[in-house]
Amino acid sequence: MAERIVVDPITRIEGHLRIEAAVDAQGVISQAYSSGTAFRGIELIMRGRDPRDLGMFTQRICGVCTYQHYEVSTEAVEHAYGVRVPPNARLVRNLMWTAQVVYDHVVHFYHLHGMDWFDIVSALGANPARAVRVAHEYHANPYNASESHYGLVAQRLTRFVQSGQLGPFAGAYWGHPAYKLTPEENLIMASHYLDALALQRVMSQMLAIFGAKSPHPQSLIVGGVTSVRDALSAERIGQYLFMLKQAQDFIDRAYLPDLVMMGTRYKDEALRGDGAGLSNYMSVGALPLDEEPWENQHFFLPKGLVVNRDLTRVLPIDPQKITEEVARSYYTYEGDQTALHPFEGQTNPQYTGLEPDGKLKVDGKYSWLKSPRYDGLNVEVGPLARLIVAYAAGNEASKRIMDGYTARIGVPFRFWYSTLGRTVARGMETKLLADYMPTLVNELVANVSKGDERFFTSYSPKDGDGFRMSEVPRGTLSHWVRVKNGRIENFQAVVPSTWNASPRDAKGQVGAYEASLAGQRLADPEKPLEILRTVHSFDPCLACAVHLLDPKGNPLAHLKIKV
Amino acid sequence: MSSYEEPKPSKLQPLHPAQEALLLAEADRNLAALLPPQQESRLNRALDKHGLTRRDFIAWATVMTATLGLPPAFTGRVARAAEAATRLPIIWQELQSCTGNSMALLRTANPGLDNIILEVLSLEYHPALMAAAGDQAKAVLAGSIEKHRGQYIAIFEGSVPVGQRGIFMTSGSKGEPSTDLVRRIARDAKYVLSAGTCAAYGGIPKAGPNPTEAMGIKEFLRDNNIRTPVINLPACPVGATNIVGTILELVLFGRVPQLDAFDRPVWAYGTRIHDKCERRGNFDAGEFVQSWADISSLKKGFCLYKVGCKGPFTYNNCGVVRYNQGTSWPIQAGHGCVGCSEPNFWDTMTPFHQPVAARVFSPPVLSDSTADRVGLWTMGAVAVGIAAHAVGTMVRSALEDRKASKTSPEPKE
Repeated sequence: MAERIVVDPITRIEGHLRIEAAVDAQGVISQAYSSGTAFRGIELIMRGRDPRDLGMFTQRICGVCTYQHYEVSTEAVEHAYGVRVPPNARLVRNLMWTAQVVYDHVVHFYHLHGMDWFDIVSALGANPARAVRVAHEYHANPYNASESHYGLVAQRLTRFVQSGQLGPFAGAYWGHPAYKLTPEENLIMASHYLDALALQRVMSQMLAIFGAKSPHPQSLIVGGVTSVRDALSAERIGQYLFMLKQAQDFIDRAYLPDLVMMGTRYKDEALRGDGAGLSNYMSVGALPLDEEPWENQHFFLPKGLVVNRDLTRVLPIDPQKITEEVARSYYTYEGDQTALHPFEGQTNPQYTGLEPDGKLKVDGKYSWLKSPRYDGLNVEVGPLARLIVAYAAGNEASKRIMDGYTARIGVPFRFWYSTLGRTVARGMETKLLADYMPTLVNELVANVSKGDERFFTSYSPKDGDGFRMSEVPRGTLSHWVRVKNGRIENFQAVVPSTWNASPRDAKGQVGAYEASLAGQRLADPEKPLEILRTVHSFDPCLACAVHLLDPKGNPLAHLKIKV
Repeated sequence: MSSYEEPKPSKLQPLHPAQEALLLAEADRNLAALLPPQQESRLNRALDKHGLTRRDFIAWATVMTATLGLPPAFTGRVARAAEAATRLPIIWQELQSCTGNSMALLRTANPGLDNIILEVLSLEYHPALMAAAGDQAKAVLAGSIEKHRGQYIAIFEGSVPVGQRGIFMTSGSKGEPSTDLVRRIARDAKYVLSAGTCAAYGGIPKAGPNPTEAMGIKEFLRDNNIRTPVINLPACPVGATNIVGTILELVLFGRVPQLDAFDRPVWAYGTRIHDKCERRGNFDAGEFVQSWADISSLKKGFCLYKVGCKGPFTYNNCGVVRYNQGTSWPIQAGHGCVGCSEPNFWDTMTPFHQPVAARVFSPPVLSDSTADRVGLWTMGAVAVGIAAHAVGTMVRSALEDRKASKTSPEPKE
C-alpha cells in the first residue's frame, strides 16, 4: 500500500506550500497533491476602494515578483477607463519589467533552486586547480575562475562548516544520492552562489532607478509613470546601462555555462522525462512592444497555446475561455456550476478540513487554490511555456537559443519536457531579455530626443470592466476589475502559481505540479530531494496563488488570498 | 561609495558630557560581557570574504553611529557591537507576508556592510533562504529555540491571523496554526522585532474589512500575556539599515532603545519625511505639482503634496537612508509618500493620490508635533495647516504661472 509523505513547509519559495505524495514500496510517486496553507484576502480588501489605488495594494500580494502585480493592476484599470499610455510610459514600464524578471530569474536559480542541484558540503573536498580547468570546459573566460579565488571559497566554506553554525545551510539533504555534480563542479556553483548574492543587489538597483525602491516600487499611476526626472536623465540611463552590463557579464560567463554543466550532468533525468508534467503550454505574450489594447498588441515573446506538445500549431488565446473551477477546492458555486469566468467569479467557501492525522482529505476538497483552466484544458505556464510557444510560433531568437543549447549537450528537443528543461528555459529567457534591454533603452532615448516628453495620458474615470493579461516571471498573470459608481465592485487575479499549483478539476485533470511529480522515483522518501527539485523548478509563489475565504462564511464575489 | 560619506549630523539633542560618559560606560559594560577580547570574530572573516578592510568597517561604523544619533565617541563601540552581534542567534519567521522584507534585506547593502553583518549573524531559521524543508526545517526551528532559550532575537515578517482559531495560516506536517507558532517562538525570545508594517501593526491583511482578523505581533503578544519586549520596525518594506541599527542598539546598551508612541525606535522614526524632504524648499516656496498632467512641475521636481504625498504625516528616515544602496526613494521618483510606516495607512492614507486634507477628519487641535503626540486621528490637524499653506501659496504660484505663460506657453499635458 502506498505511504503518503508530507513536505510542509516547502522552503525557498514565496509563501506557504504543502506537498503530499503517495509513494509505493519502490519509492515511486503514484499521486501528488499540492495545497496552499495561508490566506490574507487582498481581493476582498479591494472592494469599495478607489480603482487608482488598486496597483499599490495588489503589489503587496508578493514581495518577490514585486512590481508585476503593480503594473498589471494599473493596466487593468487603464483598460476599464479606456486610457492608452504614451510610448515613454510604456518604455519606462518595460525597463522596470525586464529588470525585475532578469533579477528574479537569477535569484531563483542560485538562491532558491540551486541547492536542489548542487551540494555545498561536497564542494569542501574540491581541488581548486582542477575546478579552474572544469570551469574552462564550459566557457573560454569563466566568471571569477582562478585557483586562488576557488581556493578562498573552499577555505571559507570549510571554516563555515567547522564553526558548527550552519545557519541557512543546516538540516539540508547534503550527500543525497540524487546529487550528481563532482566536488569541483559543486565548488563552481557555490562560488557563483556567493557572486550572485553580491550581483543581485546591483541588479535590484536597476528597478529602483525608475521605480524608487525594490521591492515594492512606487512610480506608476493610472495613465503613466511618475519617474519623469529619472527617465529624462542621461546619468540615470547611464547608471541603468552600466548595471545591465554587469548583469550580462554574469549571465554570459556564469549562469549560462552553469546551465550547460547541469545539462551535461543531469541530462539522463531529463531524457527519462522526470518532472515532464502536463503537455499543454500557454503564454499571453511577454513584454509589450506597443501601446495597443491586448488583443492587438505585439510582444517580444508571442502569445499562444500549444496543445499536446504539437509544435506545428499555435492556437490563439481568447480571454473569454479562461475559467476557474472549484470541484476539489474549498469552495462551491451557485447552482452546481463547475466553471466560471473571472468576471463572474464567486467565492462561496466550503472548508472541509484535514484528516484526523493532519493530512489532506485527498478524495474530496483539499486546497485553497482554485483550478484555472483554458477552454477546459489544464495548462502549464512560465518561462518554459513561453519558450515552447515562441519556438512553435517560429520566433527566431528562441529557436536559436534553444536549439543551440540542446546541440551543445547533445540531446533531442524532448529534453525540454522535464524538471531540468524548465530550469534551463528560465536561464535561456534571462539571456534573451538581458540582450534585448539595451534596445528598450535606445528606444526611450530616441523618443525623448525627438522632443516627446509625454509620460502621462489624461483621462476621466468611468465605470466598466477592465482586464490585463501579462506574462510575469512565473507565468501568466491576469487581473480583472469591475468598476461601479467610481469604486471597485469586484477584483479578481488569476496568477501563475494558481495555474501551475492548482488541484484537480471536475474531470479529475491534475494541475501542473501534481502532474510533474507523479511517476518520479524518490531515492530516499525520508529525504524527498526530487520533490523539492521539481516543485522549485516552477518557482512557486504561493502568496499569489491562494484564493480567499471569508471567515464569517459570507458569500463573497471572488477573492484571492495571500499566504 | 556611500561607505565613505560624511556622517550625517545627529538628529537628537546633543548629550551633556556627563550623560555621554554614563552612556559610554554602560556600552562598555555590555560589550565586555558580550565580547571576549582577542578572539577572531566571524565578522573579520566576513569582511575578508568580501574583500573589505578593517578601515572600510570603521568608515561604516562612523556612518552608522551618526544614523543612530550617537556622539562620535561611540564609533569604536558601534564597531565592537557589530562584532558582538555576530554571535546573536536570529530566528526569522514569515507569517501573513509577501516576503518583501526578506527580499529587502537580501537586496540592500547600504552602507555596504549591513548585509554582511546580517549574513554573519547566526541566522538560525529563515524559511525563504534555508536549504532544509519540511520536517527537517521544523526540527531546526525547535532545536534553535531549545539551544538559545532566552537569548535569541525573534524577527517576524507578516501579521498573525487570529480568525477562526488560526486556521488561516498553518505549517508543519501536523498543520500547526500560526498563532501557536508565534507564541512558541516569541515566548522564549530575548527580544522580538516586527519587520515591516504587517508584523508591526497588521498591515494590508488588517485593512478593512480585515477578512482574517489579522493583527500585529505586539497586539497579539499582549493579548496572550507574553511579555517579551517588542520593537516595531514598520515600512513596506523596512530597509536593512533600520533592522541592523536596532540590533546594534540592543547589543550596545543591552536594552530596548527609546521608542515612540507606536513602539518605533526614535533614532530611525523620530523625524517626519516632510522635515527632511529634498523637496521641502519647493513646499515652502509654494511650488507644487498640480496634477499628473503638470509635466513641467514634475520635471522641475516640485512638491508632491497636491498629488497625494503623505510625507507630512509619516515618520521614517527613508528620505535620508533611501533604498537599494541609496539609489532612490518614492519622492525622488516623483511619486508622493504613501505613509507606509504608519499604523493602518492602507485605510487612513487612501486614496493615495489625494491630499489628506481632502479627507474628512475630526481632529483635536494640536500644533505640529512629534509622533509621540500625533496620533493618526490628529492627522487632520496637520492636514489643515498644510492645506492652508498650500492654498495660501497658490495665489502666488498662480501669479507666477501667469507671468511665466506670457513668455513660454504651458506644454499640453
